[in-house]
Amino acid sequence: MDRPHGMIEITSLHKRYGTFTAVRSLDLTVPPGELFGFLGPNGAGKTTTMRMIAGILQPTAGSVRIAGHDLLRAPLAAKRALGFIPDRPFIYEKLTGMEFLRFSAGLYGEEGADVDKRGHELLALFDLEPWRDELVESYSHGMRQKLIIASAFVHRPAVIVVDEPMVGLDPKSSKILKELFREYTRRGHTVMMSTHTLEIAEGMCDRIGIMQRGELVACGTMDELRISSGSDDALEDIFLRLTGDTVARELIEVLDA
Amino acid sequence: MPDPVPAPAPAAPISAALVRRTRTWQLLRPKWQMAMHRARHHERGDLRRLLLVSGLGVLFWMAAFLMALRLLRYFRSAEDIGALLAGKLLSMILLSFGSILLLSNTIAALSNFFLSRDLDQLSAAPVRGGALYRARLLETALHSSWMVGLLLIPIVAAYGAAYQAGWLFPVFAIGAILPYLLIPAVVGSALTLLLVNVFPARRTRDLLSVITALAVAGLVLLFRAARPEQLVRPEGFADFMQFVASLDAPSSPWMPSEWVSEAMLGFLNGKPWGWALTRLWGGVLILAVVGQALHQRFWHRAFSLAQEGANKRSTSGTRRPWLDRRLRFLGPLKRELVLKELRVFMRDSTQWSQLVLLGVLLVVYVANVRYLPLSGPGMTTMLRNLIPFLNLALAGFVLASIAARFVFPSISLEGRALWLLQSSPLPMRDLLWAKFWVGAIPLIGLAMVLVGCTNLLLGVQQFVHLVSLAGILALVFPLTALALSYGAFYPRFDTENAAQIPTSFGGLLFMMTSIVLIGAVAYLTGRPAARFVVASHLGWTAEPTALILPFVAAATLCAGATVIPLMLARRRLDALERG
Repeated sequence: MDRPHGMIEITSLHKRYGTFTAVRSLDLTVPPGELFGFLGPNGAGKTTTMRMIAGILQPTAGSVRIAGHDLLRAPLAAKRALGFIPDRPFIYEKLTGMEFLRFSAGLYGEEGADVDKRGHELLALFDLEPWRDELVESYSHGMRQKLIIASAFVHRPAVIVVDEPMVGLDPKSSKILKELFREYTRRGHTVMMSTHTLEIAEGMCDRIGIMQRGELVACGTMDELRISSGSDDALEDIFLRLTGDTVARELIEVLDA
Repeated sequence: MPDPVPAPAPAAPISAALVRRTRTWQLLRPKWQMAMHRARHHERGDLRRLLLVSGLGVLFWMAAFLMALRLLRYFRSAEDIGALLAGKLLSMILLSFGSILLLSNTIAALSNFFLSRDLDQLSAAPVRGGALYRARLLETALHSSWMVGLLLIPIVAAYGAAYQAGWLFPVFAIGAILPYLLIPAVVGSALTLLLVNVFPARRTRDLLSVITALAVAGLVLLFRAARPEQLVRPEGFADFMQFVASLDAPSSPWMPSEWVSEAMLGFLNGKPWGWALTRLWGGVLILAVVGQALHQRFWHRAFSLAQEGANKRSTSGTRRPWLDRRLRFLGPLKRELVLKELRVFMRDSTQWSQLVLLGVLLVVYVANVRYLPLSGPGMTTMLRNLIPFLNLALAGFVLASIAARFVFPSISLEGRALWLLQSSPLPMRDLLWAKFWVGAIPLIGLAMVLVGCTNLLLGVQQFVHLVSLAGILALVFPLTALALSYGAFYPRFDTENAAQIPTSFGGLLFMMTSIVLIGAVAYLTGRPAARFVVASHLGWTAEPTALILPFVAAATLCAGATVIPLMLARRRLDALERG
């Protein structure tokens, strides 16, 4: 097995739904210790890419390696290194928060007092400790989101792939999550995060990739993105320029129609 | 802030051999825990429902047990062919149940292996194919077999009682029936797996249509393989010995149902049963090994294809479809409501899959009438013309079941979208109007086919034909209105699976009210019409005026049972606020 250059290595990744191409020849490497931000307009192919990295969708062509393991050839070892937080997570409504965490850890072969201790710590971190023995059906949207995030950390993965993590979180939880991600990457782990909140991406991420119509149209640090765009703009301006800056004009046309 | 993040693990690759296995029981544990929580945190009306269902269940069990016992004792009294008849009866029952099991397992496997929402998490986790297969197989078998299992209890108990079997018999019966229930689960799951691989689940409906066609074809074939009419027509054989020989020969020797029958009858008659039991358990083990191998080879690809189905873009163009243009006369509000109801129904595969069962039910219903012994001694013109009114009640019951399944949940299915309707200037009357007609019109078609076809097969008189058609037509409206009304009074907004909604307390109340109504209408129309037919048949003077009062009473009852529930439902919807 080759020595991995990155914790996530994507090579010529391609996904087609019938005649529609959702992801086109994507090449990307995310090294250890990096928080990578994944941006793009709705329908750009971010979620499809993330679901392929998580092993839920099979690529039409190309390969994904997680922590050096090819997802197609050694799926169990690759998934063992991964924690995935989907954009529309499902949680068993009739389980308690703690039961769900134990179940999630069990999927990664972890159990026992260690899992319980970590579960309690994670629930406490997100202010869910008083709710740990309540059924998930009584949780609010934000509480569910926090439980899902906790479940992705409970087995201590080397890589976290997270789709829109901040949606529904209160300001305190949002701040905790940002600190958690930063601390996590500082310790050598990797986080790949998609978001529509450009300020978060700009403030948190080491590198940012922008997808448009299934292709990675820009990728680099904020400085690199500014250099490539040829101006000293904020991320929002760079993003809009890359993904279509005709929005304001179209808006006026629609309102006048 | 507590520090839940451990010290950095080196980003060294993890060997697959070091991955600790996830066991089957770990995947099943959440389901067990959820069942326990449900039992502890029961909702309002759950206890009443449980008592009601248990009471009805025990009554049904007792009736089935006594009937089967009586029949078996009668068979045992016939020395020559009694044992053969008992064996034939058991294998026919098991063959019919086996076909139902195969169908329901195939459909349940689609949901459990491919559409279930927790599969995202499981497929992203390092869960081995074998563990996932076994867990889902057991769930599929449990979901599909519990009802057949319950139905088998009184029948098997009757065999035990008729043959005065010892205390070991129940243990033996469980040992024989368990593989019989598992085999259709293994075969159904494998069938679904192959179908999803062949038809990228982009078209789940196509897949279900294929399953329907296969299931109906299979059911008809199995039904014909059993040759049930031979049991009641011994005179069709050249001689008695030929009849006995046909009873003795297994009708479908490759079917597990035959093996169960052979094992059980062997045990009861003190004959060898080991080989039959070996075939059953050997069969299930071999099939499960093959099923698991197929799952490990094909499941991931199929699951990925099923995900793509969720992302399929609509192929409809910008042009307004045909129905949309046809319904223009309704105005924009009612038209959009009707179209929404139709589209949501047609695009919801959980709704469609139930139509498969409905189709089979109708085929079996009409086939049963087709095979009724309508000629020969004892079948008089009068009797043939009385059957339609029994048929009216039965068809009414079928329609009520369909209304319970498709109309009753329609208010509940608004669920999380109800805010949209409530916050818009939409009169609830219009919403009810759309739901009523979208439910009633297909039911009318179905009612006409059910009663019309069976009347034609029975060759009834024109008068009886018209009265029974009018009777079933009059029943459709109150049944639809009652289903809507009970659905509005007992909504379950948080249930995603429409098939679970009719099992609520409100669903039971609806069915009970419907049965009373159907009985009343069948009595009010059937009794005078039968008298009229009897009088005409015997050459007595028939008084057409005697028909008017009961017919008017039936019509009034139907009209009242339509208008009043709809009015109550409207008031209820106006007052409804989501909790």
